[in-house]
Amino acid sequence: MDFSYTETQDMLRDTLARFLADTYDFETRKKMLLRPEGRDPGVWKALATELGILGAPFAEEHGGLGGGALENMIMMEELGKVIAIEPYLQTVVIGGGALKRAPAAMADAVIPEIIAGNAVIAFAYAEPQGRYDLANLRTTAKADGGGYVLSGHKAVVYAAPWATHLLVTARTGGSQREREGAELFLIDATLPGIVRRDYPTVDGFQASEIYFENVAIPGDAHIPGGIGLIELLADEATVAICGEACGVSRKLHEGTLDYIKQRKQFGQPIGKFQVLQHRMADMFVEVEQIASMALMGTLKLDLAADERKAAVSLAKAKVARSINFVGQNAIQTHGGIGITVELAIGHYFKRGTMIENQFGSADFHLGRFEDLTLAA
Amino acid sequence: MHLDFSPEDLAFQQEVRAFIAENYPVELRGKQDEGDELSKEDFLSWHKVLAKKGWVAPAWPVEYGGTGWSATQRYIWSEETARADCIRLMPFGLSMVGPVIYTFGTPEQKAKYLPRILSGEDWWCQGYSEPGSGSDLASLRTKAVRDGDHYVVNGQKTWTTMAQHADWGFFLVRTDPDAKQQEGISFLLIDMKTPGITVRPIITLGGEHEVNEVWLEDVRVPVENRVYEENKGWTCAKFLLAHERTGIAGVAASKRGVEKVKSIARAEMDGDKPLISNAFFKRKIAELEMDLTALEFTELRSLAGESAGKGPGPESSLLKIKGSEIQQRLTELTLEAVGHYGAPYFRGFGEGDNEHPIGPDYAHRAAPTYFNTRKTTIYGGSNEIQRNIIAKMVLGL
Repeated sequence: MDFSYTETQDMLRDTLARFLADTYDFETRKKMLLRPEGRDPGVWKALATELGILGAPFAEEHGGLGGGALENMIMMEELGKVIAIEPYLQTVVIGGGALKRAPAAMADAVIPEIIAGNAVIAFAYAEPQGRYDLANLRTTAKADGGGYVLSGHKAVVYAAPWATHLLVTARTGGSQREREGAELFLIDATLPGIVRRDYPTVDGFQASEIYFENVAIPGDAHIPGGIGLIELLADEATVAICGEACGVSRKLHEGTLDYIKQRKQFGQPIGKFQVLQHRMADMFVEVEQIASMALMGTLKLDLAADERKAAVSLAKAKVARSINFVGQNAIQTHGGIGITVELAIGHYFKRGTMIENQFGSADFHLGRFEDLTLAA
Repeated sequence: MHLDFSPEDLAFQQEVRAFIAENYPVELRGKQDEGDELSKEDFLSWHKVLAKKGWVAPAWPVEYGGTGWSATQRYIWSEETARADCIRLMPFGLSMVGPVIYTFGTPEQKAKYLPRILSGEDWWCQGYSEPGSGSDLASLRTKAVRDGDHYVVNGQKTWTTMAQHADWGFFLVRTDPDAKQQEGISFLLIDMKTPGITVRPIITLGGEHEVNEVWLEDVRVPVENRVYEENKGWTCAKFLLAHERTGIAGVAASKRGVEKVKSIARAEMDGDKPLISNAFFKRKIAELEMDLTALEFTELRSLAGESAGKGPGPESSLLKIKGSEIQQRLTELTLEAVGHYGAPYFRGFGEGDNEHPIGPDYAHRAAPTYFNTRKTTIYGGSNEIQRNIIAKMVLGL
């Protein structure tokens, strides 16, 4: 057992933190959101070329830095501290995660493109009727000659408007909620028959509803692994956003702490009032537990599937509850100014709130944990 | 960063398991199973086994009798002792005054007291709280007046846990009534057999005699029994409280507690299904495991910080708050799980009594333990005080 970061990991964190401090202040971020594409693609390119850190979790043979889930956690935490709208989760964590388990030809072709900052991947897994059940799929991939034909509707696909590739879950057989038959495909985002309806999300990203209208895809777009692989990728994504939640919640707490030290009422800084001091202490306790659970989930990703799922679900359930508490109390403690768009705090609150249910709510994950461990 | 045990750690785990299996006192196991109140000899029986093995004070520096275990080995130790349901050793000597003595004491004090703490020869108690000084500990009024090479101590302490068994007590006393509250306090070691000391029991809600009032009337204490400088006792007191807080999380014991609740919930029926299949009850267990896991990893992060040279700091208040809340929730769930049989008042077996007690074995201590465990959010600095500490020391408010 060892709880220390390597020097390389510390360096990764410092490099990214310094870069984001210079490029991602609140005002700059606001301007990014107002651009037609809803982001500044130069930032992503800089992460790839200037900093060379998009390869952090990839093997050296692909040009990566040889890291893994911990590196992703570190990156996500730092990105969370500036509520970055970069597609790191979708492209590197999820897309990269799929590619690491993909046939060599696909991995060799696409991973270097991610590391170079050329490829952006969006994860088209959710469907309007499916809620958090990854196997609840109406989208079909019907075998057709050497390839497949994709048909269906994917919901709220974060980063899809920016994507060069789509990582799609679709059914090659079986009924709507059956585990058997759920499969994963990585396809070119510009194939004929892919129709997108793009929109901004409440937390500053861009997303799409995607309609596959008999899209012909090649046979080698298939990444074997079925529902087991899809669940693994979702679990990796889940702990990654727990890491992001850690960054987001630290800033929610820090911003509120600064505020109550300078905001005066009744002739004194409101931070002098014990009722607010205890609230800040409780928020601190929740933030630390978010950090602990992000780490716990990350360190347990390697376990056998059921143990991994149980651990990830506990992590996400706790993070969802805790960031809800931290976010709501950050706004309440700011008072009226907290519910305006003027201060950064509200924007952290919005991202934190979306994290609560992304990849499954607290209730969903507690239910999954119970099914796995609390049988009669 | 990883959670794996090295081959050496795994071997150590086997060694610990085998040692406990072979050496844990049989009579003690029996009394625990029956839910009997434990005597001084019961508490000491396990202590002495460990003392003989050299494993009684893993956290102490090796030069004073510690084991020199790595953080991982200490983790394994606490996991294994909890898994085997070993009783918790009395903390007053091992976790409280011992560290104060080896940190602040004179060479003579170290030589005199530390070996006897390790061996179990001296049973210690803690003279901190007073009737008028609970959360506001620094307002304490028990006074010690210098008379030649003695202090003469007068006053009253309360909530003195296990003082009825104690050979020695460590006491906070006021040596300078004119100084600012925290600056006039000294830390004295007092032989509990000294004339003028009276110990009176206080019976708590579970029916136990755990805590006491201690009256001190013209108690003469040699000056050489003062630890650290005169009027600097608050430094020792704060150090001790921070130490007390880290162990207080009780993660391993609570993990064991969760397993016990689960087994009760599998045995108790709710309609035609075991209680554990009740969605509401099941959710409470899941939430408890969730919070316990968060606490466990928070403690592991904190231990890693400690072994990287950061001592237990004010963030240990976090461990105290969450640890104590979880302990309480466990007892609450247990009491809920046992249903009707939480009510019968079970006093344990009298000598020669062979009547079977009422209700299932696991129900006997459910209510008393629930009542007793209300103490955890009050002692060691109430959880409200812990929030004050976080606000002041961590958040700078």
